[in-house]
Amino acid sequence: MAEPIVRYQDVHKSFGDVEVLKGIDLDIFPAEKVAIIGPSGSGKTTIIRMLMTLEEPTSGDIIVDGTNLWKMEKNGRMTEANEKHLRSVRGDIGMVFQHFNLFPHMTILENCMTAPIRVKGEDKQEVEQRSIEMLERVGLGDKIHNYPSQLSGGQKQRVAMARALVMRPKIMLFDEVTSALDPELVGEVLEVIRDIAKNDDMAMVLVTHEMDFALDIADKVLFLDEGVIAEQGSASDVIEHSQNERLQEFLSRFRG
Amino acid sequence: MNGNYWSWERFSEAFPYVLEGLTTTVGVTISTFIFAMIFGFVWLFLRRIPLRPVNWTVTWIMEFIRSTPPIIQLFFLYNAWPVVPYVGVTLSPFACAVIGLGVHFSTYIGEIYRSGIESVGKGQWEASTALNLSLSDKWRHIILPQAIPPTIPMLGNYFIILFKEVPITATISVQGILYMANTFGSQNWAYIEALTIVGLILLVLSYPSAVLIRKLEVKMNTRFDKNAEIKEINKGVTS
Repeated sequence: MAEPIVRYQDVHKSFGDVEVLKGIDLDIFPAEKVAIIGPSGSGKTTIIRMLMTLEEPTSGDIIVDGTNLWKMEKNGRMTEANEKHLRSVRGDIGMVFQHFNLFPHMTILENCMTAPIRVKGEDKQEVEQRSIEMLERVGLGDKIHNYPSQLSGGQKQRVAMARALVMRPKIMLFDEVTSALDPELVGEVLEVIRDIAKNDDMAMVLVTHEMDFALDIADKVLFLDEGVIAEQGSASDVIEHSQNERLQEFLSRFRG
Repeated sequence: MNGNYWSWERFSEAFPYVLEGLTTTVGVTISTFIFAMIFGFVWLFLRRIPLRPVNWTVTWIMEFIRSTPPIIQLFFLYNAWPVVPYVGVTLSPFACAVIGLGVHFSTYIGEIYRSGIESVGKGQWEASTALNLSLSDKWRHIILPQAIPPTIPMLGNYFIILFKEVPITATISVQGILYMANTFGSQNWAYIEALTIVGLILLVLSYPSAVLIRKLEVKMNTRFDKNAEIKEINKGVTS
């Protein structure tokens, strides 16, 4: 198998006195679709937030495409990464948030265009065309000049995905992207994710409570429990053959 | 006085005399406000220093300045400051007014800046990071465009409050409208017309500004909510 694009090595994370992650080892391969499931408070979101550089690990290493994300070499010694180093690595990573976090003062087209133009210095017309294509792909081609406040939750989340995709990341992170939506809007967002998973060759990491969906699209499922990866493997391995009692109990809650 | 307490003749005499002070009053207001807006940034930056002793000291100083009446600060600056050893200097009435009221109002304006920045949610910062925007792009294109609009009506309100506060600088002989009215009064042994004129001038200038600011406030509150704006317009049409 190819080299992993992301590798977590014994990653710990504490908030104050509470250790949320107690040693995470994880490989994510290019184009691999990974679903992280587990009870609330098990640290699922923290795993991907560290990769997006929104939280700094307390200890351990995260290697992105061969480069240590949170550490850099300075005068022959490894030191804490500065913003410049973080910026050079995080360009390959995109993220979609639970609460969308669209920029309310921009139209949805501008939401998509800002970063490619300002961060990558790409040609404005080219970016505009790509953004429109992307918005059409998520079914919002007729709304490009609307503001986020004029959209439903599901539409906002689809814009957020288009905005992340326009940056052409190698790794896409989805942080409970349907949790803040009304139930009838969940489907349209999952459809878009399914489409991305099927047609794009980027790696995807989904933190989700949509169990059936996760198991359906994921190449690898992680069950996170009390700060450690308690189980991992293909969807069928984890769901059908796992002997882990906590996992069985967790899954039974979704099956009713 | 015997029923002669009000004379229209004296009123028309006093009017141009008092009006002479208006340039000074408005000039002091504008200069002070500009000073306060600049100095407000000083408080903003000092409070963002992530060191507890610094933060504590700055908060305490701001609290002190805010809870002391401006007139005492003006008196201190004008009468007491010049005799303070080593650092004391004599300042002109105008400079005293601008610095004294300016520092006082800057503590409020610093808070307005802070509330503006804090009104932008954490999610906006995180989305900007996820899109790999540089720190200066985050501020210029994401945070400030959202942080500034809600502060504008608040700043406008403080401008009007300041305008009404500026007449106290008459006590340190800044020759604004109140000072002129008082001089006119003492020269003619009749204060009522001149002081009424001061009241009228303040009313005529501050009331329309207050109305304008209220309109601005409504606009800012609905600024990203295009639906609300449309509803607002429709309401006007249907009703």
